[in-house]
Amino acid sequence: MPYDPRLVAPMRDEMVRMGARELKTVAEVDEALGDQKGTMLVFVNSVCGCAAGNARPALAHALKHAIRPQQVVTVFAGQDVDATARARQYFGEYQPSSPSMALLRDGEVVHFIHRHQIEGQAPQTVAANLTAAFDKFCGATV
Amino acid sequence: MNGHVFHPGHQALHGITVVLDTTGPVTYVGRFDTQDESGVHLLDVAVHDRSDPAASREEFLRRTLKFGVPVTRKHVVVLPGDVATLVPLSTVGG
Repeated sequence: MPYDPRLVAPMRDEMVRMGARELKTVAEVDEALGDQKGTMLVFVNSVCGCAAGNARPALAHALKHAIRPQQVVTVFAGQDVDATARARQYFGEYQPSSPSMALLRDGEVVHFIHRHQIEGQAPQTVAANLTAAFDKFCGATV
Repeated sequence: MNGHVFHPGHQALHGITVVLDTTGPVTYVGRFDTQDESGVHLLDVAVHDRSDPAASREEFLRRTLKFGVPVTRKHVVVLPGDVATLVPLSTVGG
């Protein structure tokens, strides 16, 4: 059952402030991820999970990097359930976890950060993982 | 603490994805919830049995590290006497 929207509002706002576009419906996910071109980071947001409190600051830090994805979108696991399930259909073999992050290039997942790679890590460590992937796969300043 | 986290005050491994090797042939990978007199409670759990000819324990862990936890059970309780080792998945080399 989803949390009270008032409780998760700060977590949504945190994503929007860093420039992520929220995808709340299946249609919005399909519009963003269907026939996706260029580079896009999909952030699977989470309330529960001791990793979420590190994942969002990590992404915010990584998005200050000179090289970054052309688009950043987010779905909220446990909140926007259908949209999250649809987004995961675009992740191929990668198993669901939240929080998690998928870097896509032309519709293919080229880098994935699972929850277990975020748990117990400093945001800077997770950000370094992300920026290394940005350097490898994004290749141009947005 | 960074950001917003909803469950302070839990055991140190609470919320951490762990590898639990039993004293038998089974290895579990799942999210540590708690440990009490009944055993170790894991959530969203993948199971490997060393008798499985499809993949070795090492291959199972390697794929889990790369692709994530292939959950087959929502909740598993491992009896205290059945726990051989318990470590965070992130510390396993795969």
